[in-house]
Amino acid sequence: MSETKSAMGCALELKALRKSFGKTDIIRGVDLAVQAGERIAIIGPNGAGKSTLFNLISGRLAPSSGEVLLNGQRIDGKKPFEINRLGLSRSFQITNIFPKLSVFENLRCGVLWSLGYRYSFLRFLSKLDDANARTEELIHQVGLDKKRDVLAVNLTYAEQRALEIGVTIAGGANVILLDEPTAGMSKTETSHFIALIKQVTVGKTLLTVEHDMGVVFGLADKIAVVVYGEVIAFDTPAAVRANARVQEAYLGSSVADAQGQGH
Amino acid sequence: MTPSAVSYYRFAPLNLGRALVWTLFALLLILAPLLFRSSLALTMLSQMGYLVIICLSYNILFGQGGMLSFGHAVYTGMGAFIAIHAMNLATQGSLPVPLVLVPLVGGLGGMFFAVLLGFVTTKKSGTTFAMITLGIGELVASMALMFPGFFGGEGGVTTNRVYGTPFLGLTFGPQLQVYYLIAAYCFVCTALMFAFTGTPLGRILNAVRDNPERVEFIGYNTQRVRYFAFIIAGFFAGVGGGLSAINFEIVNASDSLSGARSGGFLLFTFLGGAGFFFGPIIGAVLLVFASVLLSEFTKAWLLYLGLVFLFMVMFAPGGVASLVMMNLRVVKYGLFKPFWALYAGLVATGALLVVGAAALVEMVYHIQLNSALGPEVAFAGLTLDTSSTGSWLGAAALALVGLGLLEWVRRRFARAWSAAQEQIEAENKRRAVA
Repeated sequence: MSETKSAMGCALELKALRKSFGKTDIIRGVDLAVQAGERIAIIGPNGAGKSTLFNLISGRLAPSSGEVLLNGQRIDGKKPFEINRLGLSRSFQITNIFPKLSVFENLRCGVLWSLGYRYSFLRFLSKLDDANARTEELIHQVGLDKKRDVLAVNLTYAEQRALEIGVTIAGGANVILLDEPTAGMSKTETSHFIALIKQVTVGKTLLTVEHDMGVVFGLADKIAVVVYGEVIAFDTPAAVRANARVQEAYLGSSVADAQGQGH
Repeated sequence: MTPSAVSYYRFAPLNLGRALVWTLFALLLILAPLLFRSSLALTMLSQMGYLVIICLSYNILFGQGGMLSFGHAVYTGMGAFIAIHAMNLATQGSLPVPLVLVPLVGGLGGMFFAVLLGFVTTKKSGTTFAMITLGIGELVASMALMFPGFFGGEGGVTTNRVYGTPFLGLTFGPQLQVYYLIAAYCFVCTALMFAFTGTPLGRILNAVRDNPERVEFIGYNTQRVRYFAFIIAGFFAGVGGGLSAINFEIVNASDSLSGARSGGFLLFTFLGGAGFFFGPIIGAVLLVFASVLLSEFTKAWLLYLGLVFLFMVMFAPGGVASLVMMNLRVVKYGLFKPFWALYAGLVATGALLVVGAAALVEMVYHIQLNSALGPEVAFAGLTLDTSSTGSWLGAAALALVGLGLLEWVRRRFARAWSAAQEQIEAENKRRAVA
């Protein structure tokens, strides 16, 4: 379906993307076109290459071949910070924040580059009104008002996950990649968290890797099913659910898995 | 942005607590030579002044940026060499630099080499960074022998700091005037380095220390962040080096550029406490006490220093500064009362152990180094005899009894300490709920 559409309307487009480690092919020719403002869930069994796909898009890994286009501009092979400056931001499966900085400082670090403060050492942070106002707004958005001055390392797990999302959206990127944002959370935490993700990514393009099928069907406009480094289906949740190939390859067992994990 | 939001995050325009601390720091720098009037004290104070700058500059790398450098002496040393050549050129009249600006020349020298060498050094972080600094340190130290014209060979380069027209009537011949020059630079550089911690680059440097990979995903090039911080640290290191050149009027490559010198900066910054801005100031003071005073008292001072370092790494990895802050926290919660007796006990039993062990060490050193002088060793007002078993047994017994008692007190202390910490945690939780 994506091949016929013009690349101009796509927020993110992958073309024949491949990645191999030595002789092992992890990503085996992925084509994907994500329209601006769409929420995409990427699902697939463990080891299917979902996280690798995120790493290729965000610049953590360089692809072996193929193209990644962000708003029509090629970003494959660029450094993570270059890609981030072009408007793509990601979170991590394993919580990845600044442990010895406070919640406020964590979020302000995320804000600084996008407001143009770069490597400045001739201005005081306390005087950067726009950065500080934006940071306060972010703290409120991710619901950490009461933890403003607590070191990140001292937060609860769920709070750290919220902070991770906050740092990810801080720079105002339009394309957001969330790698298993609800991993390790309880059922109640998860539903609360999904509401948070929906709220902070309003109007943005969202790609998320997710195991919890409840989350996937609640959050996503479209689902991409990745199996053995290939996208075997990319469609609306209802269509994917009905897709015989998906059911056979993945979905049935995964639903059982998710229930088996039981949180 | 509403006005109420602005007042919420903005600091008060005048922070009285901070102003007080800086005023006290300035007063201390001004009054110190008036309180301690001996020439030894003045020598030590002068060294402390520029070592404070150097240790603080080292901590920009180590404490604030997580960069474990084994080669900081390269930048202090090169700063010192550039400064001393500038002084000699000024004396000849070919470079119009008054002495008060020579430390800045040293700073620019240190900065120049940080720009040059730091580009390679800061490409990597972690262990690789540490290895590269070690390699570059050795490289520069060996260059000193290849370019005797610049480095002065084994004798080093000498100068005379009294040249040109006096500055505000100061010739900088007397040590006291040199001290005040150092003190002025110490104050300004400390203030500038503190200001740096509150800038965007300073904060992102902390983020790079905590989690370099994540910084790459919020738009920052971590190599650049490390490089810029390295250059700033190089500048202040050079200022410190320039002041040391003025202070001693000699710079010697085998000393100023040595790995041992770099190791000293690391060691004492760590001992002072890298986790707090003021930690390295304590470290610099300790460095002078160890290298000037302790080395006067005993030939085994490096051994004692090593033991202290080992002890601190094991029991107080945050350095002296963290010990101070942890105790202040207990004081703040009004729980310090039982610790007076416990600390007194620790000091008393620790002293027994130290005296006993030191007596043993001194006797061993005496046998190895001074046996020609006879078996008697003067030690803490006593005379020990290396040929008598009584001295050996007495010292060993003292050390063992001290160790046993110290352990007994330490256990009680540890119990009381963890109880106090639990109480503080509970209090914090109670406050968070309220």
